[in-house]
Amino acid sequence: MSALDAFRSDTRTWLEANCPPAMRTLMPEEEQVAGGKRAVWVRPEQKLWLDRMAAKGWTAPTWPKQYGGGGLSPEEALVLEEEMQALGCRPPLRGMGLSMLGPVLLEYGTEEQRRTHLPKIVTGEIRWCQGYSEPEAGSDLASLRTRAVLQGDHFLVNGHKIWTSNAHLSDWIFCLVRTDPAAKKHEGISFLLIDMDDPGVRPRPIRLISGKSVFCETFIENVRVPKENLVGELNKGWTIAKRLLEHERKGIGGIGARAQARFERPMQDIAKHYAGEENGRIADPALRAQIAGWQMKNHAFQLTRRRAAEAAEAGAPPGPLSAMFKYYATELNKDRYEALLAAEGVQGLGWEGEGFTEDELRITREWLRSKANSIEGGTSEVQLNIIAKRVLALPD
Amino acid sequence: MPMILSEEAQMVRETALEFFRERSPVTALRKLRDDADPTGFSRPLWQQMAELGWTGFLVSEDHGGSGFGVTGLAQVMEAAGRTLTASPLLSTALLGASLLELGGTEAQKAEYLPPLVAGEAVMALALEEAPHHAPTRNATAAKRDGAAWVLEGRKVFVLDGHVADHLVVAARSAGGRDEREGITLFLVPGDAPGVTRTRTIMVDSRNAAIVTLTGVSVGQEAVLGRVDGGADLLDRVLDRARAGLAAEMLGSAQEAFERTVQYLKDRKQFGVAIGSFQALKHRAAQMFCEVEITRSAVMAATAALDEGANDAALLASLAKAKASETFYLCGNEGVQMHGGIGMTDEHEIGFFMKRARVAQATFGDAAFHRDRYAALSGY
Repeated sequence: MSALDAFRSDTRTWLEANCPPAMRTLMPEEEQVAGGKRAVWVRPEQKLWLDRMAAKGWTAPTWPKQYGGGGLSPEEALVLEEEMQALGCRPPLRGMGLSMLGPVLLEYGTEEQRRTHLPKIVTGEIRWCQGYSEPEAGSDLASLRTRAVLQGDHFLVNGHKIWTSNAHLSDWIFCLVRTDPAAKKHEGISFLLIDMDDPGVRPRPIRLISGKSVFCETFIENVRVPKENLVGELNKGWTIAKRLLEHERKGIGGIGARAQARFERPMQDIAKHYAGEENGRIADPALRAQIAGWQMKNHAFQLTRRRAAEAAEAGAPPGPLSAMFKYYATELNKDRYEALLAAEGVQGLGWEGEGFTEDELRITREWLRSKANSIEGGTSEVQLNIIAKRVLALPD
Repeated sequence: MPMILSEEAQMVRETALEFFRERSPVTALRKLRDDADPTGFSRPLWQQMAELGWTGFLVSEDHGGSGFGVTGLAQVMEAAGRTLTASPLLSTALLGASLLELGGTEAQKAEYLPPLVAGEAVMALALEEAPHHAPTRNATAAKRDGAAWVLEGRKVFVLDGHVADHLVVAARSAGGRDEREGITLFLVPGDAPGVTRTRTIMVDSRNAAIVTLTGVSVGQEAVLGRVDGGADLLDRVLDRARAGLAAEMLGSAQEAFERTVQYLKDRKQFGVAIGSFQALKHRAAQMFCEVEITRSAVMAATAALDEGANDAALLASLAKAKASETFYLCGNEGVQMHGGIGMTDEHEIGFFMKRARVAQATFGDAAFHRDRYAALSGY
């Protein structure tokens, strides 16, 4: 038995013994665990499962052990993911600390910053949010205007951030701030970690088309931030900002391929249920073609993800393929909900109340939520610009 | 199912890319067309391809081949697609070899495969009877006449049909229209009495023919595979052809795409390269994505066929559907983005668009394979 096979077998045994049965069921959106001081535990098993996984460092499997991570190799991390998928384990913890800030601190943070922040991300003690966009700085992110003025041992920060996901539930915010207004727009930006306990940081939820308020706008007024909370060099934050965006896009690009997929009812079964079945096939040929078209696109896309992963394992540099993932995955996810709505007919168009099942109402809201996929973390148009520039070398 | 090429396949790929680039650029196809070449491909070129071993990739070592596999042949076909090379790769090295390898008796293999591998014999599958791909919609009659069989019918879109030394004719020996059971395959000499072949000049300048069978008599030894059981053999062989053709189309789509991106960098209007316009950048980036998606589908399909995986048929349909959509996209966007020059016969981009349309219709277009994918997936 190879070392990896042994790891797989140990992992399976451990998961079987330690993942509570309640954490091996389909996870409703409201039961996602993001941690933080304001965490709400719908059931005790969520906390138990998080604590057990965090103790092994498996909420952040590949992070070094000295920062609380699992210290796993990429291959071992993949095995862990596969075994969790096989058992139907819920992800114990999700969030921007794990997916975005952590990798950036590992690369650019000081030893002190890593020791202070990473272990609390691993355990879910602290929840992070992202202070990037501003009302006047969307796709043109580098035109941001939130000001941070260095005054001795601290920065004085003033500004207005928007689309700060879950800011009202978060404890800390990583922010892009302007530290040199005289420099060219990409060269006067710094990356700052801000404690939201400060009363000068005020998040306000924004109601979205889906009826939910996962996004906020966050006002920052005369907030003093210790100088040690600067990540990387002063005025060199844009490089870090872009690297973090790569992590963000990778996360968004992973939509549809996540664990828990096995609990989802296949689109074709939904179509048969609502549109009828003839000789074992979806009765409406146009709907059948739409569903098959989507499934094939998804199939080919998942194969492409695998191809990129295998090329990376074989030592190829992260190539042009990764540039397309965010664009393709988000467009695909939107198409998925359009196909589901087409399958459900008017049953997919309920907003709330009588006459609709929970699943029907959930899919309607998710359809609306999916529209943000191709906007957040860089719009599809921005992603296409990136492909045109970096991969195709088309002129500006 | 690996999604990266083996070193051997990578070597074949590089050899083939160089071979076609040097010996068979798009000008070669233009010349065949302009000369109204009666063969429709270059026999010396085909001979060289045979010498490189490509004709034997799907033939076992016992019969002179290497059994290197579909993935290997797909590398050659993709490279051929880069330059729109006309050759019997599909009709003979893929279809002919597969029909015999997967369905032939020892005697048939011994008789037909060595000359095929040597590049001496060209084969053609006479299957379609209607404008749309329909493998079981077969009305060509096969009637027993003592120990012999008599074939009557009309086949269309027979690739390399007018020059094939041997035809494999799919005929109905039992059952009714669209029934799977009752189809039998027959090996028929191209010049057998009662066989009439009319070359059809296609828009892509590649070979196809109408083959009419009138009282064509063949013996029992001409039966390829099981009597009445030809549909299963056809499925297996056609899935290889779909994946192989998808590889060819991938090569052509990639070439059309790359030529178009180059043109966007070279062509200046309003004092700047037109590739600086976002309207064109975004469409070019979308083409890039579709080409990459298609490449993954093609690689998965050829690997699955080589492994005899359960989902090989599903992946063959996926590959053919994606290649059809993507080559269509790149051909059409190619012409549009080249503007007026793209409409001229002098420019080569139009050849790609024309080939796309014919290749799409060959062995099932995207709509056909969507429906087949759904059926194979249980909906």
